Amino acid sequence: MTPNVVPQPSFPDQRSLDHRSPARSGATRPKAILSPIRQRDVNGTPKVWLKNISLSYRVDNGTRLLALDNINLKVKPGEFLCIVGPSGCGKSTLLHLIAGLHQPSSGSLLVDDHKVGAPGTDRILIFQELGLFPWLKVGENVEFGMKMKGLSKAEREERVQYYLRLVHLSQFKDSYTHQLSGGMRQRVALARALATEPDVLLMDEPFAALDAQTRDLLHDELERIWAETGRTVIFVTHNVREAVRLGDRVAVLTFRPGRLKREYSVDLPRPRHLEDVTVAKSAREILDDLREEINKSLEEQYGLEAAR
Amino acid sequence: MKRLGKHAIFYAALLGSWSLLAALKIWPPYLFPTPKGVMEALYAGFQDHSFWIAIVVSMRRVVIGYAISVVAGTVLGLGVASNEFLEETMGGLLVSLQSLPSICWWPLALLWFGLNQNAILFVVFMGSLLSVTMAMEDGRKQMPKIYAMAGRNLGAHGFRLFWYVLLPASLPFIVSGLKQGWAFAWRSLITAEMLYMSLGLGQVLMMGRELNDMSQVIAVMILIIAIGYVVDGLVFKTIERRLQHQWGLTSAT
Ligand SMILES: Nc1ncnc2c1ncn2[C@@H]1O[C@H](COP(=O)(O)OP(=O)(O)O)[C@@H](O)[C@H]1O
Ligand SMILES: [Mg+2]
Repeated sequence: MTPNVVPQPSFPDQRSLDHRSPARSGATRPKAILSPIRQRDVNGTPKVWLKNISLSYRVDNGTRLLALDNINLKVKPGEFLCIVGPSGCGKSTLLHLIAGLHQPSSGSLLVDDHKVGAPGTDRILIFQELGLFPWLKVGENVEFGMKMKGLSKAEREERVQYYLRLVHLSQFKDSYTHQLSGGMRQRVALARALATEPDVLLMDEPFAALDAQTRDLLHDELERIWAETGRTVIFVTHNVREAVRLGDRVAVLTFRPGRLKREYSVDLPRPRHLEDVTVAKSAREILDDLREEINKSLEEQYGLEAAR
Repeated sequence: MKRLGKHAIFYAALLGSWSLLAALKIWPPYLFPTPKGVMEALYAGFQDHSFWIAIVVSMRRVVIGYAISVVAGTVLGLGVASNEFLEETMGGLLVSLQSLPSICWWPLALLWFGLNQNAILFVVFMGSLLSVTMAMEDGRKQMPKIYAMAGRNLGAHGFRLFWYVLLPASLPFIVSGLKQGWAFAWRSLITAEMLYMSLGLGQVLMMGRELNDMSQVIAVMILIIAIGYVVDGLVFKTIERRLQHQWGLTSAT
């Protein structure tokens, strides 16, 4: 084990978040009109707390598929947590559950020490498929959550402008989403989620389908926004290097049923880059741990004995 | 432009052969009217306002009947789509009811509403209800689930979820059903109007029959087709084009 990557079977102690320095700033950064939410972290109450969570899906033939098995996870306020695992291991299920879109079969979900079981605008999920509304223009997409929250028209206008500028999409306010590239759509989804000003941002493999340049750019953007606003981020990916690049902590999920295999604390200084040797080194270590699960998933998908 | 040319050639040929057949005088003009006679009938009908009145009366009826069936069909269709019991039971009934021409409701309508406009409205309503219901049911099922989830995730629920998310999200999948419902409503209306003398295009058509004026009959038939075509072009094509623009679909469904 390198000193950078420390396996953490238990909840990590109160690390200060001071190592967090603002990422490289963009050329034209909009002035913040919103005060960042500095999270209450006094008594160590987790922002999100998954307590013995299990979830099984009913499958067509009447049997049940155990997607999540006894997950115990605490996420600190303002923490950037990355969750990695092979595809099909239950990552999306876990985020849907935290978003309140799925109910656990057993166990409970606590947010700020309160049990929740329904969607709430304090937790906004950016879906793997994005789920932008094609019948609305880009600006109207960003406005949607605020409209549901009942914000005034003027306030909505102001924030739409602010968040579109934040993701560098101001000129595309009146475009429809199908007119945008993949990376731009990704940014619309980010703006739409941020505009509702959630405490917790849930991101489901948001950058998986992007080219390398766009992804690097969005990594920087996301890190900057996170550093500036102090939001809690739970970021799901199957890319370990991306997880190390972004996360304060990386949790590894096992394949079928999805269990928490191990947690790593990433103590590399920020800003980090995907190509950093230290990032690559830490990623390799986690990847070794993950390999077994990836092989299980490959066997399941392709029946590859060769995967061993 | 090329398409327009083809159309011009086709309709010129159609009109030409019609004129030729009529000019041969194989059948007497009261059985086989000339294009000129039909044009004159059209002109006369609009001149003495009888066609205008008929069009306004018929349009009013079809709009009212269709609007009611859209509202009822939406509720019914969404109900069937979201309830397993209803889907298994009523779903089948709806499909089998489709083979029933809506004019079969006429005797019942007369009994329930009396010989008046409401009986006609009921037949129009029944004519398009099934199409609209099944379109809604289909649309609700075909609509990707992600939109409902995204809506809930962003804080929409209840009526607002329906109005701001479910409805617009399913529109591309229901617009063809709505269009079909409109066509059925229009046909049912004309049929009912032919059975019951109460102004409207159907009655004007029957009047032509009673006066043995086949020119008027054909003139009204042309009107009925034209109105159906114009509504399709103005209303539904516009909606489809709009959806295409928003969703970026390659072809409107
Ligand atoms: N709605 C569902 N019904 C039944 N099974 C599901 C459903 N959604 C996901 N699953 C199954 O649950 C497992 C976990 O899925 P998911 O959370 O999407 O994994 P991941 O996001 O890690 O790829 C998979 O085996 C998947 O097939
Ligand atoms: Mg997934």
